[in-house]
Amino acid sequence: MTRTDAILEADALERRFDVSAPWLNRVLERQPRRILRAVDGVDFRIRRGRTLALVGESGCGKSTIAKLVTGLYPPSGGRIRFHGDRDRMQMIFQDPYASLNPRWRVGRIVAEPIRTLRPETGDAEVEARVADLLATVGLSPGDAVKFPHAFSGGQRQRISIARALAGEPEFLVCDEPTSALDVSVQAQVLNLMKRLQREFGLTYLFISHDLSVVRHMADEIAVMYLGRIVEIQPTADLFARPLHPYTRMLLETIPDLESPNRARKPMGGEVPSPVAPPAGCSFHPRCPLAMDRCRSDRPTRRPEILGGRVACFAAEGATAR
Amino acid sequence: MTDTVLDVRDLRVEFPTRRGLLTALDDVSLSIRRGEILGVVGESGAGKSMTGLAILGLLEPPGRIAGGEIHLSGDRIDTLPERAMEAVRGRRIGAIFQDPLTSLNPLFRIGDQLVETIRLHTALSRDEARARALSLLKEVGIPAAEDRMDSYPHQFSGGMRQRVVIALALCAEPELIVADEPTTALDVSIQAQITALLRQLCTERGTAVMLVTHDMGVIAETADRVAVMYAGRVAEMGPVDEVVRRPRHPYTAGLMGSIPSLRKDVEELRMIPGSMPRLDAVPPGCAFNPRCGEAGPRCRREVPRIAGPGAACWLEREGGTA
Repeated sequence: MTRTDAILEADALERRFDVSAPWLNRVLERQPRRILRAVDGVDFRIRRGRTLALVGESGCGKSTIAKLVTGLYPPSGGRIRFHGDRDRMQMIFQDPYASLNPRWRVGRIVAEPIRTLRPETGDAEVEARVADLLATVGLSPGDAVKFPHAFSGGQRQRISIARALAGEPEFLVCDEPTSALDVSVQAQVLNLMKRLQREFGLTYLFISHDLSVVRHMADEIAVMYLGRIVEIQPTADLFARPLHPYTRMLLETIPDLESPNRARKPMGGEVPSPVAPPAGCSFHPRCPLAMDRCRSDRPTRRPEILGGRVACFAAEGATAR
Repeated sequence: MTDTVLDVRDLRVEFPTRRGLLTALDDVSLSIRRGEILGVVGESGAGKSMTGLAILGLLEPPGRIAGGEIHLSGDRIDTLPERAMEAVRGRRIGAIFQDPLTSLNPLFRIGDQLVETIRLHTALSRDEARARALSLLKEVGIPAAEDRMDSYPHQFSGGMRQRVVIALALCAEPELIVADEPTTALDVSIQAQITALLRQLCTERGTAVMLVTHDMGVIAETADRVAVMYAGRVAEMGPVDEVVRRPRHPYTAGLMGSIPSLRKDVEELRMIPGSMPRLDAVPPGCAFNPRCGEAGPRCRREVPRIAGPGAACWLEREGGTA
């Protein structure tokens, strides 16, 4: 990949949160400061017109990255370079109930980015554009006069998408956009998002915990564990040849409709607290391949090893042999 | 049939409202045998949780059972007075809900809550109950169970809390467990642990389990049979493998097609046009007919019903036309 076709680059991105007890408690109970490393040195690039997905379990830092990319949080370290128009980055959230102002009519909600981006636009033109956008996402132009509560969850997510499109985006950050929706409604929203990507050449940073959704949507997938990207691969490769033991574990534990496996042996253990992550590779306490080195050293992704696709000593060793 | 634990026949639940009577469950019939897991699947508003609540006798007024019967191992329980039903709940039917914190009291230690529940439903002494509580925690896979007896719910992770809730539901060795979205709030790796635990308990103890969920994948890997619900009715029922591989109801087929695959590449997911009707606007005939591509005149006129395996669909029954 050449540098120029990347729309977004994150280098050694970090975000720390201070989750210490209040000062007085720390003094009285002699507690140290506690720092949560939500995002702990993350690198990735997203190519124009493509979809990068971030997957991982709760607390892995994927939503924090969404907030760093959109500028809702400043990074504590590293940097993000966006080679696009900052005003043309939009976000779609998980909860279409919370992200729409209940006191505004749909027309006003969708019109807001137009009025912000192009204040010179006349009312009639704004109205026509809103009608157009509502039609694009499969709603009726007449829906502009209704309030959000009149719509179902899937329809509200369509309104969020119409609002995002109103800002003429080139880059969309989608944080679990279909997690609150029923599967049949999810299919409608995912199809819509794919169609819009084709039509408008949109770039997506797509965040989800659902591997089947991610497989359907993404060109490339980054698997996160405790604030780090442990593996990043083109979608087909990741499913065909998962390199990191954590990715393999995830793929083995998700229920498979096409070949259900009742005898599946679930992976033991749980994700450790990100406040006190294990030393070395943070996955080592759950890893069937853990070696001594994994307990002390932290593996990184390096271009010379498997094209920088995986951060794992065991995976490195397997290819060296 | 002596090994039928739960037998629900033509269950009808109604909600009187200012705008008229809403039928939340419309002639739902299902049964679960000893040691069997019945999955009840459907989208929001299909009536799957309502079915669980009706069986537990926990319908919120003004909701009421307006018809049908619920039998637990041969005893009719839907007509029991509230006090008697309270005894059935907990002792004969255990409940597991999506959020473990609704079942756990945040102010009491886990061990005390288990001991309390065991003593409420059995004649065991305090010491015996404590020993029982400990063995239950071990059985549901709580590590260092002795130490964790004295912990409070907030000191457990989500997955561990759900294990404690399962232990709580098992306290009185119930015949039936109603588990409503028990894994929905959990991460996939933990979800797999909990469904494996449910299956294990079902096999080892012979408990009948009604597993209510929106997640077809969880059903496929956990349940023996499945009932697919739509607009307060059972649309299709049958062995899980058959329903998943060869869905017979157009709604089930649409639902399966709308789930992104882990194996096949498709550009477009299959979509069911429209959305599930609200309870005050269920169309006459088959509730799915306005969204069904093949609906005929009979589908718009008469409600298709099933009481056993098969699809509640005129097309399926008449061989393609109705």
